[in-house]
Amino acid sequence: MKTPIYLDNHATTPVDPRVLDAMLPYFQEKFGNAASRNHSFGWEAEKAVEDARGKIAALIGGQPKEIVFTSGATESDNLAIKGVAEMYAEKGNHIITAVTEHKAVLDTCKRLEKRGCRVTYLPVQPDGLIDLNRLREAITPQTILISVMYANNEIGVVQPIAEIGRIAREKGVLFHSDAVQAVGKIPVDVNAGNLDLVSISGHKIYGPKGVGALWVRRRNPRVQLTAQMDGGGHERGMRSGTLNVPGIVGLGEACAICQKEMTGEAARLSELRDRLKRKLETELDEVYVNGSMEHRLPGSLNMSFAFVEGESLLMGINDVAVSSGSACTSATLEPSYVLKALGIGDDLAHTSIRFGIGRFNTAEEIDYVGNRVVDVVRKLRALSPLYEMAKEGVDLKKVEWVTE
Amino acid sequence: MYSEKVLDHYSNPRNVGSLDKRDRTVGTGMVGAPECGDVMKLQVKVNEETGVIEDAKFKTFGCGSAIASSSLATEWLKGKTLDEALTIRNTDIVNELSLPPVKIHCSVLAEDAIRAAIEDYRKKQAQPQPLEAARP
Repeated sequence: MKTPIYLDNHATTPVDPRVLDAMLPYFQEKFGNAASRNHSFGWEAEKAVEDARGKIAALIGGQPKEIVFTSGATESDNLAIKGVAEMYAEKGNHIITAVTEHKAVLDTCKRLEKRGCRVTYLPVQPDGLIDLNRLREAITPQTILISVMYANNEIGVVQPIAEIGRIAREKGVLFHSDAVQAVGKIPVDVNAGNLDLVSISGHKIYGPKGVGALWVRRRNPRVQLTAQMDGGGHERGMRSGTLNVPGIVGLGEACAICQKEMTGEAARLSELRDRLKRKLETELDEVYVNGSMEHRLPGSLNMSFAFVEGESLLMGINDVAVSSGSACTSATLEPSYVLKALGIGDDLAHTSIRFGIGRFNTAEEIDYVGNRVVDVVRKLRALSPLYEMAKEGVDLKKVEWVTE
Repeated sequence: MYSEKVLDHYSNPRNVGSLDKRDRTVGTGMVGAPECGDVMKLQVKVNEETGVIEDAKFKTFGCGSAIASSSLATEWLKGKTLDEALTIRNTDIVNELSLPPVKIHCSVLAEDAIRAAIEDYRKKQAQPQPLEAARP
């Protein structure tokens, strides 16, 4: 076993060697521009792009022509939300999203608010899921778009997509989902989910960085978008710019591998995640899982270790790459807005760690990480005045803290 | 990201522990709040005759820099008189540990903890001694 151990697969994933092999020819021998119609270099590139389109569409149950290539999911989210807001401005100006969305969605919505749109940010329940009744109540005749992520990047909870889609369809509202964390990890079916727009990223599924896609429904209904990038009219006019052929080939191959291996891989990752959770819960007191365990991505575990500050915990397990819900390193000192939205107090949010288990992690690594975390949490609790007070029976919520 | 000295204090914190906070010769300072991600408890045990700090202990909930700042503070406090202890400035801690700007608040907290502990000790000393303790 080699250290450091990478357990931050929600942030990014390494490129699968099979994906890299598929990409390499498109940097040199097959370097053509997919838009060149007059020679074999162009045709070769175009064929590779069309193959990739087919693989991506197949993974989500869509049609190849419905795939629009982008530079990544941030661009896909921007294109979907701004593109719909502009195209359907005459129909209405109201968008519904959720407070736990990725910043690519939230900040896009905030920008649109400045341009006159009205946005409803749905709260989430303590398990991280939105309340479908509140969604229903939020819809008005002015509502043109619902944008709710498939699975959350911080806590891994999977939203009730099929139910949201049914409501959206029933009310005649378009439904966009940032499905970056879900595609390739759990079954995503655009028709079963009544989805209209889906954002996909390459580097979260063992493909390259800098490439993504937006799936845009072409039938029932035919979704139209106002392009956000002007130029040569590529991608049916929705996204101009020379196609990133090697990246697209990589994204396609990454999707094909996910489709082939998803069932077995999801079971394996769930088992590793549960093994880690069991270890931590058996050997430590006062640890809490953040977000629903039932509606959760296979490789995702977010836990709070009460009375231990997240950054000091990360420092203690410096041969393990994970991410903390505490943002002590940033100037704001604000803990994660996602954890806060679940109603988790700032005190527990500061103690949270996100474990993202992926394709290349082994059981041996998970056991090693489990042991390291247990050791460091014990050591830091011996240092923690809060743990001492809690053990003495002091109610920390009632203490008057001295702050500046 | 962390200096050698911060890493050293984090890995081998000095003077971790608790003193009896009811003891007249012990001053306790607790500053920060769990919601802010930092709580420091710093205690000094003072020789009543000489006014010299004979022992110092800490416990800290916080990032590595907060742990290092309080660990360093206890090292510096031992052997100092109370007045000398009050001359310790957060900037001394910043310099010693090479703290980056985002971690300066950790050193401020440590200075606050020192002051709070000494204030607590002096408050205790100003109160009349219980009868039993006053007997020769």
